[in-house]
Amino acid sequence: MPMIEVRELTKSFGPRVALANVSFLVEAGEFVTLVGPNGAGKTTLLRILATLTRPTSGDLLIAGLDPTKAGEAVRQRIGFLSHRTLLYEDLTAEQNLRFYAQMYDLADGPARVGELLERVGLVERRHDLVRTFSRGMQQRLAVARAVLPRPQVLLLDEPYTGLDVDAAQALTDLLGELVGAGCATLLTTHDLERGVAAADRVLVLARGRIVHDEPCRAIALATFSETYRTLTAT
Amino acid sequence: MGFLIKVWAIVVKDVAAELHTREMVSAMLVFSVLSLLIFSFALDLRGAVAQAAGPGVLWATVAFAGTLGLSRSMAREQQSGCIDGLLLAPVDRSAIFFGKALGNLIFMAVLEIVLLPLFSALFDVPFLLPGVLLVVALGTLGYAAVGTLLASIAVNTRAREVMLPVLLLPLAVPLLIAAVQATGGLVEGASLGEVGGWLQLLVVYDLLVVAASMLTYNYVVEE
Amino acid sequence: MGEKRDVLGLVLTLSSAVALMVALGMVFLYAPREATMGDVQRIFYFHVASAWVGFFAFFVTFLAGIGYLARGERRWDILALSSVEIGLTFIAMTVVTGSLWARPVWGTYWTWEPRLTISAVQLLIYVAYGMLRASVEGPERKARFAAVYGIVAFVTVPLSWFAIRWWRTIHPDVMTGGEGMAFTSRMGHTLLVSLVAFTLLYATLLRQRIKLERAADVLTRLRLRAQSIAK
Repeated sequence: MPMIEVRELTKSFGPRVALANVSFLVEAGEFVTLVGPNGAGKTTLLRILATLTRPTSGDLLIAGLDPTKAGEAVRQRIGFLSHRTLLYEDLTAEQNLRFYAQMYDLADGPARVGELLERVGLVERRHDLVRTFSRGMQQRLAVARAVLPRPQVLLLDEPYTGLDVDAAQALTDLLGELVGAGCATLLTTHDLERGVAAADRVLVLARGRIVHDEPCRAIALATFSETYRTLTAT
Repeated sequence: MGFLIKVWAIVVKDVAAELHTREMVSAMLVFSVLSLLIFSFALDLRGAVAQAAGPGVLWATVAFAGTLGLSRSMAREQQSGCIDGLLLAPVDRSAIFFGKALGNLIFMAVLEIVLLPLFSALFDVPFLLPGVLLVVALGTLGYAAVGTLLASIAVNTRAREVMLPVLLLPLAVPLLIAAVQATGGLVEGASLGEVGGWLQLLVVYDLLVVAASMLTYNYVVEE
Repeated sequence: MGEKRDVLGLVLTLSSAVALMVALGMVFLYAPREATMGDVQRIFYFHVASAWVGFFAFFVTFLAGIGYLARGERRWDILALSSVEIGLTFIAMTVVTGSLWARPVWGTYWTWEPRLTISAVQLLIYVAYGMLRASVEGPERKARFAAVYGIVAFVTVPLSWFAIRWWRTIHPDVMTGGEGMAFTSRMGHTLLVSLVAFTLLYATLLRQRIKLERAADVLTRLRLRAQSIAK
């Protein structure tokens, strides 16, 4: 069963069409990168997958469930990371994670929080306000928050924005470590090189449509860059 | 059961955040005292005039200071996109509403705990009567409920916090009239029975706005 | 492409024109000269009629808001915003006529008379509604927020009415002390006709405003299509 199944998904904001007839699948354990220029609709698509926005038409199944009917069950299985941290700056690292553990009804909440704080290397700073953290540290904590409920689907919306080379590498390593084996991952990014390197498959989104879908093993970055430029030229 | 736990978790989160910074409640307090000063100068509040104006000044101050707290509380959720964090979680949207509204109610209550004795002393008016406390509780409840809903709308506008008083105050008219009249009656020695009509209005108002807010909150937060 | 004959619009325009003329005639010729206030009192008919329409328009917006949240269709939003605009005009008229009436009769431009006060409150709610719409980006969000505000705001209006009336009963205005009008059956007829005339006028204006908004929508769609073709 595919973990993410999207069929003829369309989203319009009044008269403006943001996504048109988008269809694709992501299997369990697969890592798919979605690339596209600004305004292509990447964030809109991810927000729909995360159930933050409803599509105008089309079908969506997450882990085989329909979000309009089994909203809470779907949300229990999703992890979301973006360039915004979704962390409360006026709370400590531990308070943030404990709060989300309660929101996700985690039976082993405190233990899971402790475990993740260790694995992201923030144990010494657990009682410090998130406001005092550097961008890289905040992003590490945000990863902890995203994987807290052991999600089966992980959505990453341009998480590398604003990270320097070291922090970006740390993020990649962390994701590699913490993401469960069967988890389906969808990453959006402008960074072609990093996107292609990490993924099993790459999709190109331009002007609201999927214009390319190719497994990554076969890709030479130079050729792909050329293809990308052609596909997204205005 | 999970519902109540999540509501409470949201309340605890808001209180914990405020405890760390104390900026919201202190701003509300300072604003209230300043507002009291301005009213005193503007209306030349002394002696009998002060006693007559007391209930009105109290409620006007609570209403304005309340909008500060309501806006700030919602703005905290907008920072770093935290409201998305809440919406991503498997939480009933009305649990989010109740959690935020209850938190806002607590902050306004903290403000009132300081203001009531202060106003009693300054205006020489017995604001600490049990009847008055009941009116304050009922009034704050309704205000916090509809205020939470409207603050959620206001933070998503271009004008942001400025929009909240514009949206909230016309809707608070029945509450403010009833609260001021009931408070005024009670401090002049009326019994609870005598201000019963106003109390009933407050209760009806509270029920209606809580119901309306709870039912429409979904539509405000979900796209 | 020819313009389809708008039969409904035509019927409304004609009937409201006729009704208004009849109402005007009745106000000046049929209704009696009021005992205490004199001819100035004749403004009362249009004052009450516009207050009624102002409230009714808000009720329509309330229903349209529910319709929009239930169905998500643009036409409910068009109805809501059109009704608010027209209603705002009528409520403003209520406040102005009330003020004009108050001055010669009670010597002041404003009285806290219940109907006038509730109209002022409704005026502010209408204005808030308009400001909200103007301040939200995105047509879907704008419609949704406006619908929610219209619903919750309307719920408070009857409560405001009761609160204001009790307040005025306990603390009557020393100057007005209540209506102070000797009401006769002829006045009743005139009032009724005025109400009908104003309601028809509301319906006429509403229809035109809805048509205008629909045309604006078509224009926006065409413009967007032209832009994407040009790319």
